[in-house]
Amino acid sequence: MSANFLDRFRAVLLAILLAACFAVPALAGPFEDAVAKFANDDFSDTDEAIGAVATSGNPLAFPIISALQDGRLSADPDTKQVFVTGADGKIIDAATGAAVDKLPDNAAAVRLNNRLRRAVEAALGGLTLLSPDPAKRIAAAQSVFKSHDENALPVIDGALAKETNKAVKAAFAEARAAILLYKSDATELEKLEAVAVIKARGDQEALALLTGLGSDVPPNVARIAASAIASIQSDLQMWSMVQNAWYGLSLGSVLLLAAIGLAITFGVMGVINMAHGEMVMIGAYTTFVVQEVIRTRYPDLFDYSLLIAVPLAFLVAGAIGVLIERGIIRFLYGRPLETLLATWGLSLVLQQAVRTMFGPTNREVGNPSWMSGAFELGQITITYNRLWILCFTLAVFVILLAMLRYTALGLEMRAVTQNRRMAASMGIATSRVDALTFGLGSGIAGIAGVALSQIDNVSPNLGQSYIIDSFMVVVFGGVGNLWGTLVGAFTLGIANKFLEPVAGAVLGKIAILVLIILFIQKRPRGLFALKGRAVEA
Amino acid sequence: MLTKLTHDIATLSRRHWLAATAGLVLGLAAFSNAKAQETIKVGVLHSLSGTMAISETTLKDTILFLIDEQNKKGGVMGKKLEAVVVDPASNWPLFAEKARELITKDKVSVVFGCWTSVSRKSVLPVFKELNSILFYPVQYEGEESERNVFYTGAAPNQQAIPAVDYLMKDEKVKRWVLAGTDYVYPRTTNKILEAYLKSKGVKQEDIMINYTPFGHSDWQTIVADIKKFGSAGKKTAVVSTINGDANVPFYKELGNQGIKATDIPVVAFSVGEEELAGIDTKPLLGHLAAWNYFQSIKSPENEKFIKAWQAYTKNPKRVTNDPMEAHVIGFDMWVKAVEKVKSTDPDKVIDALPGIEAKNLTGGTSKMLPNHHITKPVFIGEIKANGQFDVVWKTPGLVAGDAWSKELEGSKDLIGDWVGKKCGNYNTKTNKCGGQGS
Amino acid sequence: MTPHVLTRSLDRSATIFILIVAGLGVLIPLSNLLLPAGSALQVPTYLVALFGKYACYAILALSIDLIWGYCGILSLGHGAFFALGGYAMGMYLMRQIGSRGVYGNPILPDFMVFLNYPKLPWYWHGFDMFWFAALMVLLVPGLLAFCFGWLAFRSRVTGVYLSIITQAMTYALLLAFFRNDFGFGGNNGLTDFKDILGFNVQADGTRAALFALSCLALILTFLICRAVVTSKLGKVLIAIRDAESRTRFLGYRVESYKLFVFTLSACMAGVAGALYVPQVGIINPSEFAPGNSIEAVIWVAVGGRGTLVGAALGAVVVNYAKTFFTSGPLAPYWLFMLGALFILVTLLLPKGIIGTFNAWRESRKATEAANAESAALEDGVGEPKPAE
Repeated sequence: MSANFLDRFRAVLLAILLAACFAVPALAGPFEDAVAKFANDDFSDTDEAIGAVATSGNPLAFPIISALQDGRLSADPDTKQVFVTGADGKIIDAATGAAVDKLPDNAAAVRLNNRLRRAVEAALGGLTLLSPDPAKRIAAAQSVFKSHDENALPVIDGALAKETNKAVKAAFAEARAAILLYKSDATELEKLEAVAVIKARGDQEALALLTGLGSDVPPNVARIAASAIASIQSDLQMWSMVQNAWYGLSLGSVLLLAAIGLAITFGVMGVINMAHGEMVMIGAYTTFVVQEVIRTRYPDLFDYSLLIAVPLAFLVAGAIGVLIERGIIRFLYGRPLETLLATWGLSLVLQQAVRTMFGPTNREVGNPSWMSGAFELGQITITYNRLWILCFTLAVFVILLAMLRYTALGLEMRAVTQNRRMAASMGIATSRVDALTFGLGSGIAGIAGVALSQIDNVSPNLGQSYIIDSFMVVVFGGVGNLWGTLVGAFTLGIANKFLEPVAGAVLGKIAILVLIILFIQKRPRGLFALKGRAVEA
Repeated sequence: MLTKLTHDIATLSRRHWLAATAGLVLGLAAFSNAKAQETIKVGVLHSLSGTMAISETTLKDTILFLIDEQNKKGGVMGKKLEAVVVDPASNWPLFAEKARELITKDKVSVVFGCWTSVSRKSVLPVFKELNSILFYPVQYEGEESERNVFYTGAAPNQQAIPAVDYLMKDEKVKRWVLAGTDYVYPRTTNKILEAYLKSKGVKQEDIMINYTPFGHSDWQTIVADIKKFGSAGKKTAVVSTINGDANVPFYKELGNQGIKATDIPVVAFSVGEEELAGIDTKPLLGHLAAWNYFQSIKSPENEKFIKAWQAYTKNPKRVTNDPMEAHVIGFDMWVKAVEKVKSTDPDKVIDALPGIEAKNLTGGTSKMLPNHHITKPVFIGEIKANGQFDVVWKTPGLVAGDAWSKELEGSKDLIGDWVGKKCGNYNTKTNKCGGQGS
Repeated sequence: MTPHVLTRSLDRSATIFILIVAGLGVLIPLSNLLLPAGSALQVPTYLVALFGKYACYAILALSIDLIWGYCGILSLGHGAFFALGGYAMGMYLMRQIGSRGVYGNPILPDFMVFLNYPKLPWYWHGFDMFWFAALMVLLVPGLLAFCFGWLAFRSRVTGVYLSIITQAMTYALLLAFFRNDFGFGGNNGLTDFKDILGFNVQADGTRAALFALSCLALILTFLICRAVVTSKLGKVLIAIRDAESRTRFLGYRVESYKLFVFTLSACMAGVAGALYVPQVGIINPSEFAPGNSIEAVIWVAVGGRGTLVGAALGAVVVNYAKTFFTSGPLAPYWLFMLGALFILVTLLLPKGIIGTFNAWRESRKATEAANAESAALEDGVGEPKPAE
């Protein structure tokens, strides 16, 4: 925290106190001067302006500062006039509050840098400590917790007494504890209590606060604080195990999603489909196209873009898969290794086709609001996009499993996987099954692309980065067995994530590859080998 | 009779072989001799396929655009320029092969090309051997000054060190994460930065260095580590030398784990307008990048360039970036040097280039230095919601590029001087050309 | 014994192949060195370097064909052996730079100086001697192949499983060599070579000699492969390819045969890599990329799996196509061409160029024989001379 920030905060709180006690009416002169400083396009002037406006007590202060945060505050450098464009599009003169028809031509948004953005946040925090919205009050309490500024103590005490919402109350109590811990004239008892409250919070912020404690505290407090630090650290250590497990699951779900389509084509047809990654890429580009159309035509539907993209990607990639099967792979039956060569050629063509059509650079695929951000579970952060991808992968897996088990096509596929010639003699049209299987595998790769577009580049190279990992997963799990793929993906994901903190990302990955090579020696047919009676089955 | 048949086929195939080989050789020779004197040929050696196409294709277009503009002005010395485009396909040996082909077969006068350090290293012996000229437009790790190469991108002192200075002074950063892709540029840059930070009193425990493989896509653990490292009660910043493809998932993870620039700012040296075009930048508001050029910089030259570029590519949204500007400067310098000596002879042009000045797009004038690097301004930009950068700081004047870092033990006494000393690695201690000379 | 092996292994097409390679190996260097530059028949130096590269690729293709075409082991990681051989040679070339590096350090290569290596890592010792490096060119890939093969063949890992773990092997090596801490120069690899055995690597004469040497190596590799595949050992290999279990049940130790041929093949790939590096002037981890190994397998398929001449021819054809398509106006579309080539060859020429040619010759032979037979028959019919 910069000293600047603390000064600002102190000033803001003082102003609120003053405003609350005396309800001083706005003073026209200094406020207008301060507002005009926004027009100078100079960071230190803007800094001063934020301070002056926030402490002015003027009713326009909140709209001005929040407009500044959202980039809705603009200024005319010639006339030094400053304007607030409301969220509803209405424009007012920031100094007077008078409505304005339109912005002058040379008005430009007031620029911020990180330092100013922090100042704005602090100012807004001060202005919202008594906000009617509980979420805003919690956010304000958090910023007091971080700044632990003792001038805020009276406001916090007052707010704490009136507060009825439990969560907000806890946040206020923590903020109060942070202040007391750092307040030089607080009693030892108060400080000990504060340490206990902060220890109970137990997260990294709390740790930062306790470790930041100087040496000028009473020895008792220092001792208790040290033990609190140790206990938080050991707690966090435990949580980091949980976190690694979660990361592993999440990585595993990505691997599974990328590999599951391959498991089908590979398992049923024994085809090494090197163009599998390109199917994933096509799915991702389908998402891009869907989002482009939605952005330009139906911006309100953006949150549903992925829901629209999933079936489309399945159809597009699936259709291309069937085309590939009918056009190329059909002629290569009985020569499975040669499909490797043809599909490798195909992957080159598909990559270059996408590069020609969409350009070589990354394409932007946005996260819908329900996939953005994260939430805290205990002391670990779980991001929504990873969580949804995990759920989505499991759903795809279950649906696929059900399809294989309960539909006629599934039955035929299983029959062909287990014994192609026997299946053919039982009257199953194996070539039709092959085409549909390939289409299904490709379609699933396509919907994997939709999910991967949320966490990775959407570029012509997208598929290549997953193809080797996918093959590893399938081979490790055992060809022709979906459960093997599931277990394989999650095992590799979790192993990778537990190795990464120890060995680093690169060595971790190398270790995993070596382990796979050794594992295959032990079980040459993978984790879940299909049982058969032939010598070479 | 059968033996006769096989014999026939054998002789036929042998004749075919010879004919084909001779035809190939003749064809290539004839091709290279055709229309030799009418135009000045300019080689373009940028990957159009493979992993690097993502960055390099734009640079190929830039050179084609610059040649087009120059030809509209009447070419160079009254001759039209002709681009020879090849695709080295992100394959390093192929870079060397294509460079050789450009110089010997196509007889180009100059080559603009390469992006990665390894591609430059791969073609370097070829340029030295065949004595031609390469303009290299990308920021790199330094530690090189070759007679045949002109480095128009930033050396570490023109990008990394000013950025760290800014964070230290303006953001009061006390704790540093140096995160990079595991290859030479990040390794060297981080080594230089580590030495620099320590010289400024930063302790070892306040520096965390992390390397990841190319194309790393799972950033969960590392972002969580950064968060943890940043919660030690001191202001923390990340200096990122993460390369190309890995940036998008990295920034997506940062955004999702809620690391805001106001808490832990990330300053990147390889993320420009092109890279941001692939990300939703709203969660990244305020993260920083250090470059010698930003599209958003207001100057008459820049506005004119952007307009002409967007018209040329017929895409009003096409962005510009720093390596493009490096090509603009390099191309201009080459044209001026050729016109100065009235020849495209490599030796003459190489001798003429140091001292040549060319306007950069940010309103200043860059100069080619004796060490074959150029002077450049340094800007720090913050990412805006629209995928552009907002310049929050810049160096007061132009910074001269150092070929050899002052911070590294092995190179602190070395300078490159192709004017006075005619040496790329002159040791100022021993007064000898050729490195440490020990 | 030796003459016998030679006559047995040299059929007509093998002789033709050897003559062509030997001819090129002599004529191209001579034309490059003796004829004046710019004369119509002079082969420019860049073509010499290019053809030298093709020759190395041809050796790699032969080594793959030996195990894939004749023993059914599809290795998707043969590029690893090639690259290891290349690194061994690259390390020798790096040590030869001596104090001529940019930092002028007599012992440490440049990249070690600026990454502050205090001294030469132990595994770099000895590489200043050519004989040691040459030994390592064979030993390192051979040893890796031996260990890998010993594990894999003993546990009877076959088919796609083997292909995928070979890919895992080369991928792991790729990642390892990318790491700068590994001590092989990271992504930049080894480059800026000066001398080989005291000759300047950039001199025309050295290039011509290296090309001639590559042709010689190609011929030798070819001869060794021929000798192997035409021997009794070769028959067992083909038996393994066609019916592994049956061969095992007949009492052959399948894994020993496989291990031998796999190790031999890896050594050949190592030699190819070692010759490749001084000619292209750089070795970097991207040679380990799984895609490279797959492409090398495709050369063999294009030329004709199971025909040694075809493997070498395929390597040259595909790489020439690559060289040709990546320049000129077609450059942005070359991947389409290359991709289409792979697809079309697999679809239309399933036996590859040479295989199809052989098949066509066989069928012509067969029809001719049939024609001759029917003609003879008709003659017989036409002359029904009743016995008197």
